[in-house]
Amino acid sequence: MDALIEKLKGQIIEQLNLAEVKPEEINPDSPLFGEGLGLDSIDALELIVLLEKHYGIKIQDPKDGKTIFQSLRTMAEYIKAQGKS
Amino acid sequence: MNAIISYAHIKHNQVSVNGEVVFRSDSALSLPEFLSDAYKTLGLSYPKFHKMDAQCKLGFLCAEFALKGTEFLTKVDLSRTAIVLSNAASSLETDRVHQHSIDDKSNYFPSPAVFVYTLPNITIGELAIKYKITGENAFFISEQLDAELLVNYTETLLQSGTEAAIVGWVEVDGTQWEAFIFLVQNTENINKNSIFKPLNQSTVITQYNQTIWTH
Repeated sequence: MDALIEKLKGQIIEQLNLAEVKPEEINPDSPLFGEGLGLDSIDALELIVLLEKHYGIKIQDPKDGKTIFQSLRTMAEYIKAQGKS
Repeated sequence: MNAIISYAHIKHNQVSVNGEVVFRSDSALSLPEFLSDAYKTLGLSYPKFHKMDAQCKLGFLCAEFALKGTEFLTKVDLSRTAIVLSNAASSLETDRVHQHSIDDKSNYFPSPAVFVYTLPNITIGELAIKYKITGENAFFISEQLDAELLVNYTETLLQSGTEAAIVGWVEVDGTQWEAFIFLVQNTENINKNSIFKPLNQSTVITQYNQTIWTH
């Protein structure tokens, strides 16, 4: 799980152009939206693309996004649960 | 009297403010590299900058350089401040990036973050967000900097409730890129120590051609 979280950190920084954020600054349990990384609605769409592009996971119900993208850890758990890690 | 109180011009990997080159980077640097260098030079911390496309970054930096050292943002009513920009290529550069991402149907991953920049007036939006400007705005497409159009349009706004404006040209088309932005204010609100010139076509053309670039 830790390796997947570290991998996700790099992918998120690259995909979302978080040039001023270092991987070690991202707390896997902090909220991705609002506080924490302070991501916005366009970033949410980019995360959906990231899951599809890198892990072949297509989120069928957009409502699931709220749970999946709660934090880096919930993202990693979701990827693992889909058997795509 | 309406006056230009400050102006910045970015071209040839150099930045000039009020006619004087204030920043120069290696001429071999690409536009993204130059923009990154210029951003660092300003000592800014604005994470949203890194999410912008090249045109927005260029317009943003040009506005920052024009505003630096002025009291423009604190002296004007931001709800009565206009942003009037122009260019020749619209958002073509980012349009190309988006098109490239959907060319291959077997590798079809259009980026929402790229797509939102496939309109030229997003550059205006980025400035409006950064400076909390909520006044009039317009983005014109013309083959080259049309000083007459920009001045006439800005004057019209200034006669109908607008009290200040950020005006100029922000163009990115492949390796051809340039930004020229000037700040317009009514002289009644201007500090007497400011160096300003009357807003007219001749002033804009003179200031646009003023910088001596080194190659």
